[in-house]
Amino acid sequence: MARIEVPMPQMGESIAEGTVSKWLKQVGDTVERDEPILEISTDKVDAEIPAPSAGILVEVVVEEGETVEVGTVVALIDPEGIALVDTTPDKTLEPDLPSGSKKIIELPDLVEPALVATQTLDVNQSAEERLRTRSTPVVRKIAAEHGIDLANIVGSGHAGRVTKQDIVAFMESSGATEAEDPPTISAARARDGIPIQSEPSSLWDSFYKEVQHPEYQVRPADQVEGMDKMRRLTAEHMVVAKRIAPHVHSFIEIDFSIIDRIRTLSRSRWEAQNARVSYTAFVAWAVSRVLRDFPMVNSVVSGNNIIYRGNVNLGMAVDLNPGLIVPVVHDADHLGLIGIGNKIVDLAGRARARKLMPDEIQGATFTITNPGVLGTVVGLPVIPKGTSAILGIGSIEKRVAVVTDQQTETDVIAIRKRSLFSLGYDHRIVDGADAARFLSALKEMLESFPEDA
Amino acid sequence: MNSPHRSLAVRELGTIEYSEALELQAHLIRERREATIPDTILLLEHPHVITLGSSSDYAHVLLDAGELEKRGIALFEVGRGGDVTYHGPGQLVVYPIMDLKPDRKDLHRYLRDLESVLIKVACSFGVQANRDPSGTGVFTELGKLGAIGVRVSSGWITSHGIALNVSTKLDFFKTIVPCGIRDCGVSSLERELQAPVCMAEVKECMVESFKQVFSS
Repeated sequence: MARIEVPMPQMGESIAEGTVSKWLKQVGDTVERDEPILEISTDKVDAEIPAPSAGILVEVVVEEGETVEVGTVVALIDPEGIALVDTTPDKTLEPDLPSGSKKIIELPDLVEPALVATQTLDVNQSAEERLRTRSTPVVRKIAAEHGIDLANIVGSGHAGRVTKQDIVAFMESSGATEAEDPPTISAARARDGIPIQSEPSSLWDSFYKEVQHPEYQVRPADQVEGMDKMRRLTAEHMVVAKRIAPHVHSFIEIDFSIIDRIRTLSRSRWEAQNARVSYTAFVAWAVSRVLRDFPMVNSVVSGNNIIYRGNVNLGMAVDLNPGLIVPVVHDADHLGLIGIGNKIVDLAGRARARKLMPDEIQGATFTITNPGVLGTVVGLPVIPKGTSAILGIGSIEKRVAVVTDQQTETDVIAIRKRSLFSLGYDHRIVDGADAARFLSALKEMLESFPEDA
Repeated sequence: MNSPHRSLAVRELGTIEYSEALELQAHLIRERREATIPDTILLLEHPHVITLGSSSDYAHVLLDAGELEKRGIALFEVGRGGDVTYHGPGQLVVYPIMDLKPDRKDLHRYLRDLESVLIKVACSFGVQANRDPSGTGVFTELGKLGAIGVRVSSGWITSHGIALNVSTKLDFFKTIVPCGIRDCGVSSLERELQAPVCMAEVKECMVESFKQVFSS
């Protein structure tokens, strides 16, 4: 049963969380696409959240009054629910229903609780599904916190669900026996027939989400200032990004002779078109094309899954001096060289004027940073959270290079415009050889840059 | 990328009952969502009314039901953000029914924009009002001059909005803890200027400021 997740939406650039203020739909209700299903509140704003898909609201994960981070799943919608509801009045179709349990979700009021109790234990049902249909999120949370297996509790709630009262009563009854004879935790569990398991820990969750910077002694001549918001967000992002991804960096040297020639030949034409095509634009164009062949470089590790991104959205780091922001060229692989060039100039300009829209700093699948314009030869950039690689461009400058003279086929020393590129990649998903192949392909693309790009 | 041009319709409604304004907004939200009307701002005044937003605490209403009735003050619980507030004669209420989708899908930005509108209006009367980092709204040294509480309906359509004290009898605010901030005084343009202020002129400035802020 494919369920559609309803996440807490991003309602603004600086909004990190939202409070569920009211559920407008209940579990079991049919919802239309875009129909409001809940209200959230942040600060002085109440907002309605529409259903991302038509179907049946099968689960409310976050209760009213709870505050959760943006992106947290607040509800699940079963898109297939619609067809089932439409057909249920036709009795002849009933035997074809995939499982009894499924029907229960759609017709909560028409099924006898006793019948439900047996059907929810249907062997066709996965343990996870049974858990979902037999408890509410609050109950599951309590169960997880206390290491209780819900299968051991008789549910008195609707459809045999384990209610909060049930689990509290269960805990109290087992707690009462513990009080008489305080045993070790594992012994108590073993006695109650509860499987012994390691304590579920919120440690990883906070490790990946929370940052606390250590404090230092202030000396007399020092000046102390609070970090502004951009600095604070950047600081937190960098710490978390480094915690999550095991960083590895590989380097390659790129010859810009061909690109320089194209720039010289096209200069007057571009000026007439008012086009602005920087070295960075050439690199972004080439990266967007090469990424198509290296899906792992355009992906992100998510839990035990790998999400291969379907779009090529290039984050372009912009120096605000002070500060840093990364606007995004969406679908860069669909843009031509001039299109990318103009887009970069537009985004960078508006980034410096603080006029970017929230959409324009979100959704990057790969990032390019070019500190080389300030003269540094090479860097080890940090991979932005939610992506698996970042390309750093070193200074593009004339260097002494050994090249082969094509006419005499002898090696000669030449002056060539060259740059060192560094690729920072998440070693969980990108292997060293992948990175090397990616950089080689990028080098080949840039050193034989197509004139019609 | 340029901001799309926003055409802004203005409806002056005079003094209308709170319940009537609620119905009208619900209707206009639907029309705006279906794009049968342009972005619209409603300019109006309400008879005495206390409204409770979604984060309201009843303890912030300082009168009991009987006392409210005796003083002719209605009470509404409404689906807007924010705590308790008071509306009444002499207060310019503005309800923007706008589609934020084209260029400003950001709730914080919308709040900051509404604050800018209030600050501009105050400024054109020579009153310096400021944001306060601790909360939404605009304040002078004497207290809160303008309050904000908004709702964004499905499809990023706004309703509710801002209330600017022009010549409001500020004693009525003593019936509540405005926006739940106990130490916060309230002010009005007239209190700031110690002179009568023409409501029609404030409305003109309001429309002008809206156009400026929301076309940038």
